[in-house]
Amino acid sequence: MTDMKTPVDNGVNTDALLGAREALTSTPDAAEFTWTAHCAWVGGTFSQTTVDGFSGLGQEHHHKAPYSFDADHPECFASEDRGATPPEILLAALASCLTAGVASVAQHREIQLRSVVATVEGKMNVLGILGADPDIRNGFSDIKVRFDIDADATAEDIEALVAQSQRRSAVYDIVTNPTRVAVEVG
Amino acid sequence: MTTSATHVPTVIVGAGHAGLAMSRRLTERAIEHIVLERGEVANSWRTERWESLRLLTPNWQCQLPGMRYSGHDPDGFMTMADVADFITTYAATISAPVSTGTTVTRIARHGRGYLVETNREHWTCSSVVIASGGSNIANVPDAATEVPTAIAQVTPLTYRSPSDLDDRAVLVVGASATGVQLADEINRSGRSVTIAVGEHVRMPRNYRGRDVFWWMHQTGVLDEGLDDVDDIVRARHLPSPQLIGTHEHRSIDLNTLTERGVEMVGRLGLISEGVAKFSGSLANVCKLADLKMNRLLDRFDDWSDAATIADLDPPTRFDATRVPSTARLDIDLVEDDIGTIVWATGFRPDYSWLDVPVLDHRGRIRHDGGVTDAPGLYVIGLNVLRRRRSSYINGAERDSEELSALVARHLDATNRVGDASLDTTGTSQHAGIT
Repeated sequence: MTDMKTPVDNGVNTDALLGAREALTSTPDAAEFTWTAHCAWVGGTFSQTTVDGFSGLGQEHHHKAPYSFDADHPECFASEDRGATPPEILLAALASCLTAGVASVAQHREIQLRSVVATVEGKMNVLGILGADPDIRNGFSDIKVRFDIDADATAEDIEALVAQSQRRSAVYDIVTNPTRVAVEVG
Repeated sequence: MTTSATHVPTVIVGAGHAGLAMSRRLTERAIEHIVLERGEVANSWRTERWESLRLLTPNWQCQLPGMRYSGHDPDGFMTMADVADFITTYAATISAPVSTGTTVTRIARHGRGYLVETNREHWTCSSVVIASGGSNIANVPDAATEVPTAIAQVTPLTYRSPSDLDDRAVLVVGASATGVQLADEINRSGRSVTIAVGEHVRMPRNYRGRDVFWWMHQTGVLDEGLDDVDDIVRARHLPSPQLIGTHEHRSIDLNTLTERGVEMVGRLGLISEGVAKFSGSLANVCKLADLKMNRLLDRFDDWSDAATIADLDPPTRFDATRVPSTARLDIDLVEDDIGTIVWATGFRPDYSWLDVPVLDHRGRIRHDGGVTDAPGLYVIGLNVLRRRRSSYINGAERDSEELSALVARHLDATNRVGDASLDTTGTSQHAGIT
């Protein structure tokens, strides 16, 4: 290869995604997905969550294999630290969702990525979860995401890429917008 | 069908700028037609707009087939009364066959054509052009049902002026042209205003000494067609640009609002137990709008570099939107003494009378450049119908030219196969047209 322009390849099949968007617009019911996770208490603050089946496109699906997540609290909370804390899993979800978006949007905009690293920081005052101060919320007071991206693009194109990935991110939406949550006992 | 119907080749629904432009084109082509109008000519402009509103587009751009602005202020912006006069004069100038006070109650397939039922007489026709506008109903989110009863709720279709409101604080939901204009006007009336900001389109009124519509006209932005627009669904549903038509040609955006003391919060999510919850995405929607504005200005600059326009001011960039890092995520509406919520959350058309299966699951007409998949049924006067310019009054000029050619072709084809199945129940002479 000398001067030949190499096609941009971030490993995302955007043609298939755009095709799906086209197809689902005319069959809106098929666009309804349900995602499911099963969580089992093991002991102490340790639990294991498994995801496997989900529904959408009018049928049931399975991941290629079940995936599981170990969650626990660290030793400074008098736990055994057998897994990530649930808020850390949320930060992981946010970062990976935005990163997938960056790759997809870059592919669509024909921007070749070389490396993408996201660092996510969530600030939390634990007096909230400890019930020690009613004015402090349990959750994060602020979340900061920093992207370090090496790509064939101007700084402004990269900014636009990151902004667009937020526009299209499920987890970013879940984190930034209120969601009704119903918790029942079966 | 109980009463008899009169046959006419084409029925146009709505005597606004788009319906009248189509009427003019059909007259040019000697196609007999009638324009059915529920109220008076230019009804929505007369009755469904707030008092201070002026067009976003400058006067020189107000042109329709066979008429252009001839006043003394080509760079000014028409009031709603001016627009109503302009369109009424137009209807008279082109001798449009308008039947006013005629509300269409149902349109259905009838043989090879359509049956148009109204509160007065009924019509059969071979083709229908829907020009009833895209802003018949104000969108109000589900959260409206959770608003505490002591708080008044208004939409841009019912709001007239700040004097309609009590003296308490006001929450304006939405940051389109409508949202920012109403936030500005209500703030200037002395009331405390909070604006909830989702995705929006930021634009300066003037750039390098020229109106932004001059730029969009000159650079071809307004003439971008369906093939040029990357995402047509998005383009058709973009909020209107943050612009206002004033004598001073001033810009309006979130910075000008916050400088005056308007509080900015994110997109309204939901209201629960009297507390409104807002999105944490405010910084990103502002970033998106700033980036998009700068891409538009880049495009203007690139064009003017090549076109060597002599008397332009030098290129400049505007301050980024200043997003408060402490923007509130929830507001207790009662504790904050909110007296009114203004739902500036967009509009949608009303097709409750359209009994032809051309609507999508959201109730919008499926069309390709104004051509529906029901033979002989067309629509005109919607956002980005055939090009970006379609969203503005003078978009009707070319849209009507092109669509009227399709209407003519359809009528020719229909005539060739014969009108036998149209069943005009006797009275097929010319319609009594006022």
